[in-house]
Amino acid sequence: MDDRPKSPHGPSEPDEPALTPLGTPGAPPIRPRDGDIIHTAPELAVGEGDVRSAELGEHIRGTSLGRDAWRRLLRNKLAVFGLVVVSIITIASIFGPYVIQLITGQTPDYIPNDAALIKSFPPFTSPDGSFSWRHPMGTDRQGRDLLALVLQGGQISLMVGIIATLVSLVIGVSYGATSGYLGGRVDSIMMRLVDVLYAIPYLILVIVLLSMFKSQTARGQVILLFVALGVVSWLTMARIVRGQVLSLKNQEFVLAARATGVTTARIIFRHLVPNTLGPVIVYATLTIPSVMLTEAFLSFLGFGVQAPMASWGSLAAEGIQNIGIFPWQLVCPGVTMAITLLSLNFLGDGLRDALDPQMRQV
Amino acid sequence: MVTNGNLLDVRELRTYFDTEDGVVKAVDGISFQLHRGETLGIVGESGSGKSVTNLSLLRLIPEPPGRIVSGEVIFQGHDILKLPETEVRKIRGKRVAMIFQDPMTSLNPFMRISRQLMEITQLHLGHSKRQAYDHGLKMLEMVGIPDAKTRIDRYPHEFSGGMRQRVMIAMALSCQPELLIADEPTTALDVTIQAQILELIKTLKQVTGTSVILITHDLGVVAGMTDQLIVMYAGKVFEQAPTGELFAKPGNPYTKGLLRSVPDPLAEKGTLYQIPGQPPDVAHLPAGCPFAPRCERAEDICRREFPPFVQLNASHYSLCHFANEVYEESSVMSGPA
Repeated sequence: MDDRPKSPHGPSEPDEPALTPLGTPGAPPIRPRDGDIIHTAPELAVGEGDVRSAELGEHIRGTSLGRDAWRRLLRNKLAVFGLVVVSIITIASIFGPYVIQLITGQTPDYIPNDAALIKSFPPFTSPDGSFSWRHPMGTDRQGRDLLALVLQGGQISLMVGIIATLVSLVIGVSYGATSGYLGGRVDSIMMRLVDVLYAIPYLILVIVLLSMFKSQTARGQVILLFVALGVVSWLTMARIVRGQVLSLKNQEFVLAARATGVTTARIIFRHLVPNTLGPVIVYATLTIPSVMLTEAFLSFLGFGVQAPMASWGSLAAEGIQNIGIFPWQLVCPGVTMAITLLSLNFLGDGLRDALDPQMRQV
Repeated sequence: MVTNGNLLDVRELRTYFDTEDGVVKAVDGISFQLHRGETLGIVGESGSGKSVTNLSLLRLIPEPPGRIVSGEVIFQGHDILKLPETEVRKIRGKRVAMIFQDPMTSLNPFMRISRQLMEITQLHLGHSKRQAYDHGLKMLEMVGIPDAKTRIDRYPHEFSGGMRQRVMIAMALSCQPELLIADEPTTALDVTIQAQILELIKTLKQVTGTSVILITHDLGVVAGMTDQLIVMYAGKVFEQAPTGELFAKPGNPYTKGLLRSVPDPLAEKGTLYQIPGQPPDVAHLPAGCPFAPRCERAEDICRREFPPFVQLNASHYSLCHFANEVYEESSVMSGPA
């Protein structure tokens, strides 16, 4: 907030009386406090042909809608909580396994040499049963550190969520914007196709895709998972963007752009798509957890991530086999995932409120 | 092709809209010429087809439901209606520019002013980013935006209505178009700003030599601005004359009615005249003169037959069965009250 002047009038007009509350002569003047948002709205500060603001001399980069939204987001406690948790889990997933390797000297898939250690220990327990920091989440049945595995699984889970969402974003936004802008028969055909795809149960579609193109390598299987999940989750995105474009395309700025000779593709992608960004960001943020959930579900069923790679879903699948004896093998990846998804949903809701303040009142 | 010194020659332009209520003949056989450097005013009530006429000139009518049925729009020897879309796009913004009624919505709210100004010159003049930015800044200064250097990087919502209309004018004039079409440029602005914007258009017109088509429903606006005037009603040209002549000696009952409806600050008493009735439903026009149901001097023939387009003198035309009589009456009087 330091890059803007404290008041549109203050510095340049010392003669102007300070504002006082109406009808209370002598009351202390209202001055901006730290943290107050002062909108330097020229329509209020400067009349037509008035050059007062020129004396400010500072180069003011206009407040973008994005910056306003960011400020509103930071005021929402749940959203900030979500943002912090998601950030922590993301950073921990990326760097965590390497940090553990530095401390203990063991990679996440390290299996102890000693036969006595190849069994599942509960959290914070050393082999002799006393308290230990060595394995905060315990070990799996082969004696591998569960925390390291969960963090490594987080890499895959988050990656699937983000990349599949990006795939759906690219397809959905282009498809929906094109359909909405062109309208007429093109729109009808494009949207009927979406309706048809909607009618196909998407899980079955993903399972069919995954088993049809079954890859030999674990890496190939993950990439296939990205594509398969992305391909089925763009439908709602396309509908949202189409609806936005339909309401935007009759606005005068689109006509003005057409009247200046801008091409159709440019109008769609440079003029219309940025205007749909609010709902798109919100929906994308809410797509990430739903895609992650689907991935976990597929991995749980054995269609998704294959060993030696692991995701939260495949870890949970392993854990459930011995749930009666070693509950922490299911609880640890499960709870981590639940917290992540919850935080992502908080963040998505917060973004929706921040980007579209009117919707909140409904 | 022979252009007869005309920048724009519109002949028998017809634009129809297919609606559930039938075919709406929004523009029905309009012809006019615009000479280089001239200003043409088009006046008429809401729904008389003023805006559709001008959108048709650049083929900006939404199709469907709209369609240009027939006619020629000859701009510098080329019929715009017959050119391929890519050629029309090169004319739009570069040689014929438009400004619109509502400056609040005609700028993209998500783009900085600088980017919107740069787009047009990058597109048509092949400017680099730097050139386009500098050119945009120059244009903003030309249209009188104070402190243009800081303002150029702001968003439209940080501008007032008058400022935005100035930005629109700056954008429209960026490529030095030969023709500027201003579609009710001052309707959404308050009176003092209106005067400033009109003055600006007038000045810039003299500086750049651009021809202007000014669409408005406000007779006060056209009086001081235009050389020629067209009065439209129900998609047709009702009267066409040089501005001074039309104000002094209207040859059409509708024009007379319009002129009488202008408030006169000297007449303190009495109620303001208004033309009785409502503008007609252009989907279901009566057989005769479309103005007949509201016309004071309508006779049987008006309701039966479509009126002729009468030439009153070298440059004055009127669509009325009694054009000559109305013209005579106006000439006898000392002019409109």
